[in-house]
Amino acid sequence: MSTVELSGVSHAYGRTQALSDVSMTVEPGEVVAVTGPSGCGKSTLLMLAAGVLRAQSGRITVAGTDLAGADDASRARFRRREIGLVLQFGQLVPDLSVRDNVALPLLLGGHRPADARAAADGWLERVGLDVAPDTLPADLSGGQAQLAAGARALVAGPRLLLADEPTASLDATSGRALLDLLVNTTVQAGGSVVLVSHDNAVAARADREIRLRRGTIAHQVALS
Amino acid sequence: MSLTELHLALLAGAPRHGYDIKQEHDSWFPDTRPLPYGQVYATLARLQRDGLAEVVETRVDGGPERTVYALTADGAVRLRAWLAEPAAPTGAGAEEIVRKTVSVLHTGIDVAGFVARQRAAHLRRIRDLQATPPGAGPAERLVREHLIAHLDADLRWLELATELLPSPDDQPTVRPDEREPA
Ligand SMILES: Nc1ncnc2c1ncn2[C@@H]1O[C@H](COP(=O)(O)OP(=O)(O)O)[C@@H](O)[C@H]1O
Ligand SMILES: [Mg+2]
Repeated sequence: MSTVELSGVSHAYGRTQALSDVSMTVEPGEVVAVTGPSGCGKSTLLMLAAGVLRAQSGRITVAGTDLAGADDASRARFRRREIGLVLQFGQLVPDLSVRDNVALPLLLGGHRPADARAAADGWLERVGLDVAPDTLPADLSGGQAQLAAGARALVAGPRLLLADEPTASLDATSGRALLDLLVNTTVQAGGSVVLVSHDNAVAARADREIRLRRGTIAHQVALS
Repeated sequence: MSLTELHLALLAGAPRHGYDIKQEHDSWFPDTRPLPYGQVYATLARLQRDGLAEVVETRVDGGPERTVYALTADGAVRLRAWLAEPAAPTGAGAEEIVRKTVSVLHTGIDVAGFVARQRAAHLRRIRDLQATPPGAGPAERLVREHLIAHLDADLRWLELATELLPSPDDQPTVRPDEREPA
């Protein structure tokens, strides 16, 4: 069973056709890079795979579950359990501390708060975020917020890690370190990774490149 | 030597005489050294000897006699074989990737396939270089970063090239001399 399967997926924002008839799969243990010039539909594709956006046509399954079939609450639950999401600008909850932001998937999943926070502290250290755990997101730099988002994505041990320009706010060295952590942690646990990026250094980490052009797949090519 | 294959690409659109090839080359690569006539004639002689090009006509239009060459079937096969291989991802002295990309865009031979193969070759090389061997010191790492930066520049250029130039896929180019008389 593929970890992700999109078949004939299209999505428009008003009159802007962001994706047209896209079909692709991501296999267990696989790292896929989705690349292409800005505006080609990369983020839209990622948000659809994450179940944040609903596909207007076509079918999307993650680990065999049809995302369109589920109601909002069960989609959110499924996402929390199976999917780690790193968005471009961190997207942390503004009035929660960094520690609670990272612990959030576990807290919402019913873990004991003390365990969830201890796990969060461990991941904050592994991503190399060197701030007090009770710091609020407003007091983080863009790069620090991205590291915290990486920790939050990994804390629940996702089967699918989805990352949108995960290194955009980081310098080359810390970007590469975060990418290594995201990819290695997920793949070693048997999970899959989708990296959306226009950065070739990020794409080079993948086993396969899916290149988009104006909302359609221009090419797919194996890199490993 | 890819100058041979580049001549095949220059002949792919239409039969040409030596002067015409030089002009075409200089318009494909406006900022590089103009192709010397001597080189064109030497290359054409070699292509003819090797059965990759043939003389199809000797033109005398008032001026000097001009020998017109065309690709042979073998020449077309050789050109396609050249374009089917990505340029070596060296990241430095990268004229080969420029020659191939420009040839692909002008001849329209499998543009999408070429871009996919070239990206894959470069990305694999970047990946290998990113995997710093154990024990590598800062100087070795710097040398690798230099190569990675150049490979990245090649890829960005390739992206720009395929976005900016109209490819024959999108827009069939009609040469002035092939246009129907009005
Ligand atoms: N929320 C939105 N409302 C309207 N148009 C959007 C929205 N999000 C994206 N778009 C448009 O959809 C297209 C694809 O966008 P996106 O998926 O963000 O591309 P990418 O991530 O590759 O830059 C673009 O033309 C973009 O302007
Ligand atoms: Mg985007």
